Amino acid sequence: MLKKPFTFKIGGEAGYGIMSSGLSFSKLATRSGYHIFNYSEYPSIIRGGHNMVQVTVSDKPVAASYQTTDLLVALNQETAHLHAAELLPGSGIVYDSDKCVLPKLARGVNKFGVPMDQICKEIANSYLFRNTLALGITTGLLGGDIKVLKNIISQDFAGKSPELVEKNHKVAQAGYDYALENYLEKVQDILPVKNKVNKQIVISGNEAIALGAISAGLQFASIYPMTPISNILHVLAPLQEKYNFIYKQPEDEISAITMAIGASFAGARAMTASAGGGFCLMTEGYGLAAITETPLVIIEGMRGGPATGLPTWTEQGDLRFVLHAHQGEFPRIVLAAGDAEEAYHLTMQAFNLADKYQTPIIIVVDKQICESGFSNAPFNIENYKLSRGKFTTKKQSNYKRYELSKDGISLRSVPGSGNQIVANSDEHNELGYSNDEAKNRIDQMNKRMQKLATCAKEDMPAPKLFGPKNADLTIVSWGSNKGAILEALNNFNNVNFLHLAWISPFPTEAVKKVLSKAKRVLNIECNSTAQMAGLIKEKTGIEIKNNLLKYNGRPFFPEEIIAKIKKIL
Amino acid sequence: MSNILNLKTPNACNWCPGCGNFGIWTAFKAAAEKENWNNTNTAIVAGIGCHGHINNFIELTSFEGLHGRAIPIASGIKMANNALNVVVFTGDGDCLAEGGNHFIHAARRNQDLTVILHDNAVYGLTTGQTSPRSPHGYKSKSTPMGNLDEPINPLSAALAAGATFVARAYSGDIPRLTELMIKASKHKGFAVLQILQPCVSFNKIYTHIFFQENTYHLDKKHDTTNKEMAFAKLQEWGEKHIPVGIFYENTTQPSYEEQLPQIKTAPLVSVGAQKRNINELLESYA
Repeated sequence: MLKKPFTFKIGGEAGYGIMSSGLSFSKLATRSGYHIFNYSEYPSIIRGGHNMVQVTVSDKPVAASYQTTDLLVALNQETAHLHAAELLPGSGIVYDSDKCVLPKLARGVNKFGVPMDQICKEIANSYLFRNTLALGITTGLLGGDIKVLKNIISQDFAGKSPELVEKNHKVAQAGYDYALENYLEKVQDILPVKNKVNKQIVISGNEAIALGAISAGLQFASIYPMTPISNILHVLAPLQEKYNFIYKQPEDEISAITMAIGASFAGARAMTASAGGGFCLMTEGYGLAAITETPLVIIEGMRGGPATGLPTWTEQGDLRFVLHAHQGEFPRIVLAAGDAEEAYHLTMQAFNLADKYQTPIIIVVDKQICESGFSNAPFNIENYKLSRGKFTTKKQSNYKRYELSKDGISLRSVPGSGNQIVANSDEHNELGYSNDEAKNRIDQMNKRMQKLATCAKEDMPAPKLFGPKNADLTIVSWGSNKGAILEALNNFNNVNFLHLAWISPFPTEAVKKVLSKAKRVLNIECNSTAQMAGLIKEKTGIEIKNNLLKYNGRPFFPEEIIAKIKKIL
Repeated sequence: MSNILNLKTPNACNWCPGCGNFGIWTAFKAAAEKENWNNTNTAIVAGIGCHGHINNFIELTSFEGLHGRAIPIASGIKMANNALNVVVFTGDGDCLAEGGNHFIHAARRNQDLTVILHDNAVYGLTTGQTSPRSPHGYKSKSTPMGNLDEPINPLSAALAAGATFVARAYSGDIPRLTELMIKASKHKGFAVLQILQPCVSFNKIYTHIFFQENTYHLDKKHDTTNKEMAFAKLQEWGEKHIPVGIFYENTTQPSYEEQLPQIKTAPLVSVGAQKRNINELLESYA
């Protein structure tokens, strides 16, 4: 029997408030003492079309969605039809008993018909309260506490009229009462408030990145909107005055990266972000930051490519792209987050690394991380030490911006300091002046490339190995697959998992050590060419024969990984 | 102008003898000397092209970036440290071809930058192809049968996009050029100074003699606060009929930087990057 947490799903037409319902349900669960993972699917349109949110609820930390649904709330006919097959015996469906004609369902699926529009009309004189009603019904059916839901509603509508809050409370209560009055015998013990509830936040990868940047002392961000990273700027923009940084929406991604380079050159901690398509435009700026040795944090959010591709779906197809972006050779430091918490801490670390190595740092994140909601203990940054590396704002004598050094890093200064700084996209000498002499080229090239070796030595941790030290199968993967793999691992005691968060520099020795001893190895990626397996072969010489690849825009489900593991073992 | 040698660098100048850049270089050094622009208060940004070498020949903090991208780099510098006098050197190919989008948008924002547009109407560094400023019919390596494109008028474009200081000068008139550079730099907002300059190697039409014979100075009858009049004057281009001077100046419109509350009292970088406690912020996610 599969060890599986509870799955709640709500779907309806875009514009019905599906996404906000998902977040409210997630908070209902976390405030009752549970862990959640909130995954949404939506097309690239604002109104109409099918939206759905799926929330996994578990006693343990969880970061994946399952293929089957335990409680489906269908706010329209289409949702019932699209997701009927996910309902197994014992599961349930909430639907409008006046309007929705249910499709054929498996035997033993509980049908929770509620005259939804009618109740909304009676209480609030508007159908727009359907999602609130649905949450009330759900709270009832899952044994939750309606007071917790009402608190969430009050907070969501803070600043709006008290009548609106009141109406929502009444509608939620009506849904809750209806569920208990009509389906009491079917109420499940999924969301009773636990005796001890630890405080948790519900946060997406994008939000975690934005907050990480603010924590790390961000001073300037220029980001052009693009799915899946737009929410980074949605978080940053309204907070800029309070935290005293500048967010600027530029005219394109070329301007985004070059503005950030300018701000960083002037001494500001700076970042930019885009999806793969926008990063295509940024590639010229990427190398510019490297040769001028300008610190910069770049977030690259992966969706299905190429070109416009699958704009609102997930993929891990950009690994090789970011590793090789821009012409020529320079130290490319690339990190990959596996969940929101990792994204938060890697973002903070990236600002330190950018300053220390005076070079751009890329964090790749897949859409599955960017836009999914994770529950987490509030982030703790006590151990974070902000460091700007070799940096001065004071006037130096005989200052040489690109002075040769053992570790490849020179003393950086800023305009206005009195020091003359010549940042030059041409190859340059220690002063920054254009210079194409052979010896100088080698000196400056070696200086820049040395940073990668220094970084591998001083900052790169070994990759984390989850599960037993000795196993019959070792899974290797990166990015959001972490969540589904960890869920799958709950079903085996002889499988472990190597999660790679550092892509370049690459932890060659550590990976070689684990994989060369492994009995069997399985590589898991959301792309069609096993890019990470290729990188591992390139770095370690180890060829991975088992690959589980997925590139239909959907993330991995634990069931798929479990099936693959069983097949191999 | 006795101390302009102060801004000298160890590098030998590599522009062709007679290049218009010499006039621009000299005028800028004179302006810098006069206004005390130095490494405590000024940053210059250049694009790629013959003009872009200027960072090697002036002892000032500089950023020579990418072809077409001087303006966004300069915008970033200015937003991060608005106490700096930020001067952009750019060419007609750099600014109007590769960087046209940035030029329009920086003008629209009224970003507080001085844009010195080296306009020789040809690509010099890549040895003589047509530029967005080359006249119709112009024969070059890339247009051997004559240029089919009409030249763009960068000042009309800048004015239409929202630039608040629009002026033109000839590279050989160093005293006037110096004065216009200072005025453009002092202007709070997006200032464009188009400098007509010869390319002695590749443009046989726009020569020193051509500009000397065909330019005339806008006189007091021209009202620089009148945008319509500026547009009308900017339409003039022809024999004995190329106006130079200030076409338009709007001193009442706030610059982009003046509208940023974050830097109202002090430049962004006047306080170093600080680790921030975000517990209060995290509370809203609980």
